[in-house]
Amino acid sequence: MYQLNINGRSHPVDVEPDTPLLWVIREQVGLTGTKYGCGIAQCGACSVHINGEVQRSCSIPVSSVKAGDRIVTIEGLSRDSSHPVQKAWAAIDVPQCGFCQSGQIMAAAALLKNKPKPTDKDIDEAMTNICRCGTYARIRAAIHLAAGNTKVGSADAVATEKTGV
Amino acid sequence: MKTTISGKTPNLSRRKFIISSAVAGGGLTLGFHLPFGIGSAAAQSASDTAEINAWVVVKPDDTCVIRIARAEMGQGTLTGLAQLVAEELECDWKKVTAESITAGQNLARKRVWGDMSTSGSRGIRTSHDYVRRGGAAARMMLMQAAADQWKVPVGELQVANSVITHAASGRSTTYGQVASAAAKLTAPDPKSIKLKEIKDWKVAGKPVRRLDTADKLNGQKVYAIDLKLPGMLNAAVRNCPVFGGKLVSYDESKVSGMPGVKRVIKVNDSTVAVVADTWWRAKKALDALPVVWDEGPNAKVSSASIAEHLKSGLASDDAFADINTGDALKAIAGAAKKVEAVYSLPFVSHTTMETMNCTVKLTADRAEVWIPTQNPEASLAALSSASGLPLEKCEVYKHDLGGGFGRRIGNQDVVRQAVSIAKHYPGVPVKMIWSREEDQAHDFYRPIAQCRLAAGVDANGNLAGLLVRVSGQSINAFANPAAIKDGKDRRQLQGLWPQPGDAQIGYTHPNLRTEYAMRNTHLPVGPWRGVNTNQNGIFLECFMDEVAKLAGKDPLEFRRALMSERPKHLGVLNAAAERAGWGKPLPTGVHRGIAQFMGYGSYSAAVAEVSVSAKGEVKVHRMVFALDCGNVVNPDQIAAQIEGSVAYGMTTLHSEISVEAGKVVETNFHNYRVMKIAEMPKVETVLALTHDFWGGVGEPTICVVVPAILNAIFAATGKPVRNLPLSKQGMMLV
Repeated sequence: MYQLNINGRSHPVDVEPDTPLLWVIREQVGLTGTKYGCGIAQCGACSVHINGEVQRSCSIPVSSVKAGDRIVTIEGLSRDSSHPVQKAWAAIDVPQCGFCQSGQIMAAAALLKNKPKPTDKDIDEAMTNICRCGTYARIRAAIHLAAGNTKVGSADAVATEKTGV
Repeated sequence: MKTTISGKTPNLSRRKFIISSAVAGGGLTLGFHLPFGIGSAAAQSASDTAEINAWVVVKPDDTCVIRIARAEMGQGTLTGLAQLVAEELECDWKKVTAESITAGQNLARKRVWGDMSTSGSRGIRTSHDYVRRGGAAARMMLMQAAADQWKVPVGELQVANSVITHAASGRSTTYGQVASAAAKLTAPDPKSIKLKEIKDWKVAGKPVRRLDTADKLNGQKVYAIDLKLPGMLNAAVRNCPVFGGKLVSYDESKVSGMPGVKRVIKVNDSTVAVVADTWWRAKKALDALPVVWDEGPNAKVSSASIAEHLKSGLASDDAFADINTGDALKAIAGAAKKVEAVYSLPFVSHTTMETMNCTVKLTADRAEVWIPTQNPEASLAALSSASGLPLEKCEVYKHDLGGGFGRRIGNQDVVRQAVSIAKHYPGVPVKMIWSREEDQAHDFYRPIAQCRLAAGVDANGNLAGLLVRVSGQSINAFANPAAIKDGKDRRQLQGLWPQPGDAQIGYTHPNLRTEYAMRNTHLPVGPWRGVNTNQNGIFLECFMDEVAKLAGKDPLEFRRALMSERPKHLGVLNAAAERAGWGKPLPTGVHRGIAQFMGYGSYSAAVAEVSVSAKGEVKVHRMVFALDCGNVVNPDQIAAQIEGSVAYGMTTLHSEISVEAGKVVETNFHNYRVMKIAEMPKVETVLALTHDFWGGVGEPTICVVVPAILNAIFAATGKPVRNLPLSKQGMMLV
């Protein structure tokens, strides 16, 4: 039996010690916002915060989670989608299919906690999560927006109609 | 953001709008009890809502629920279709929600919602007419209900933002107040409906926010892989690693005592499954399960042997000519200068972020599947045939997809597998999830292809003749042999077709020949975002730069000389070149490449700005696109689709699916490298619209992404890139 502190609540879980934290979160605790994408810590869809640091939960055995570790999933990032990253994501419609976005948002939130005014290079280094829809340009724009580096409407990614066709 | 739309109204009569039979039969909505996603709130209060027609349900609080038949997999079609309905409905956009219908409901109501399949970039271009008529019919009925109530001619009423007013008497009402009366009215004759001029649009054509974003930001969206049902079991499957191989035996005793394991099941001739209480336990037991396979003769196949097989089609006499204008071979032979090249492109995988999965529940007289599907009606048919129950006793609950890209259309392999497993557990829902490794190794890949191209130029640097010989695998031969007429599989020449409308070649010339020689392999193939326009766009557009260089011409000027009969192709080419500043100075070390191509009824062109380091590091700094998709429903979502096409296309610079001993080698992201944010260039898009047709958006631009980049590499290095991924040239994307 393990006691996990997830989003401020204690969850007793009875699983084998090698069960990845991802599958404990999804199947025992029942929080499905954290996604399975690869199982080998390559894609970041399973990103959660552990004691404030972003971690890939698919490759963390539940037995290695310490009793006092504070785990935060996408469901616990804010009560009402009011985290600056979530607001920025909404403001410029970052998600397409959305499947990777929980992980992207958790990674971006951790980045901004460590570097409140990230540069493009900081974003390149921190945001290694995979998105197959290709929302990368908007993820970058939304991080700058959340950081206050830019304002809504200043994103590069706009389609304008050519005049006089 | 400049989004003013003006132009001619397109032909609006090509699809018949069928008015719901349920309207005449009493009026109130049938009530949808979808156990997921968008629309569930509406379903809960079904008794208060009025179904005006199949497309529109109005609630007392003026909320307009717009029904959506097509699949949402990220491409924004849900929002775009709702915009089109709302435009004609004249409702308050702030009070619009969307609701998915199911395949069973569409069947029960004689396909009132039309085709549900979402492929070929058809979501909007083939349904814009009838969904707008649906919105207009509902508006007319709501206004008639108000007119009846006030006993005034409907022609004296005005409507805006869900508020109906009668100026003469100073009265007003709202859609919510007249909805139940409107639902009892007879629907208008669809032929009597006059749609708005596009220039008068207020909601459609505008960059409104998507309707489906909120639940994607907080973990609340329930993808099929997230489904929880009472008593549900979970299954993990393993398919024979060699396509065509067979399952011989497995030793269940080795895993039957593992925690949570229920049983091991032979799914079909080549697939085994473990069922457990949780998926992780099922997968762990599957990994521990000893399995004996008969890999069969395909175990001898490798990428090298496949390459030889395709090479045999480059000059064989079993090809057919699609375009055969003049005598290209003779013209090339007699030309002042000649160039010939062989291009080679590998298999690539779809790699949707949400791996293949579905949940099936079977009883004696009911079969249900919860699934991310691009074609719920194909899922319904597969569920029926696999379960043995008639269509009427089957239902498909389509979840919004965690990526589609063509993988989840006709190949309902997961439905059949899950039914086979669920048959062992009557009345119990069983969720089957493929691991990433299964997903990568058992895809329906983008076809492998080679191409031999030859061209001659005359003494003045003009094209004398052009030959394009494609040799490669056929999607139709694998998936739909009936589509191959007289042994000629024209689909593999998509984008090189002479006829206008869908994927026409952008050049005309007195001596032009296009050919295809079919060379199939044991790997399954299927549509992959952009399908064959990907390979053919690279073949033709990269070779055009080789020919332009031979001719001593600028690549843009060389193309323009061949495009006088293709004004729309030329229009986007010019628009991209102009926006990109073609010919203007660039920073040291940065080079441009250009490409144009057509697919899915739309015209695309791109300019890439690229630098290549001495170590072969390729950096794509900026890409400029021009798209003519005729008309625009949401320019911001078009921009998003073009950005997406860049990332999806550029991944093929990194990775391939290769074959050793009959097996797929690249089984996860560690060896199938996918593009990340650091490699993403700046993307700019200009919509060069001609307003006289409706083209697709999701797929068209991907066919110019890679050729524009490769042409920029050619400009930078002087060496054409004829093979992908870039590692085959000693280069890599950074």
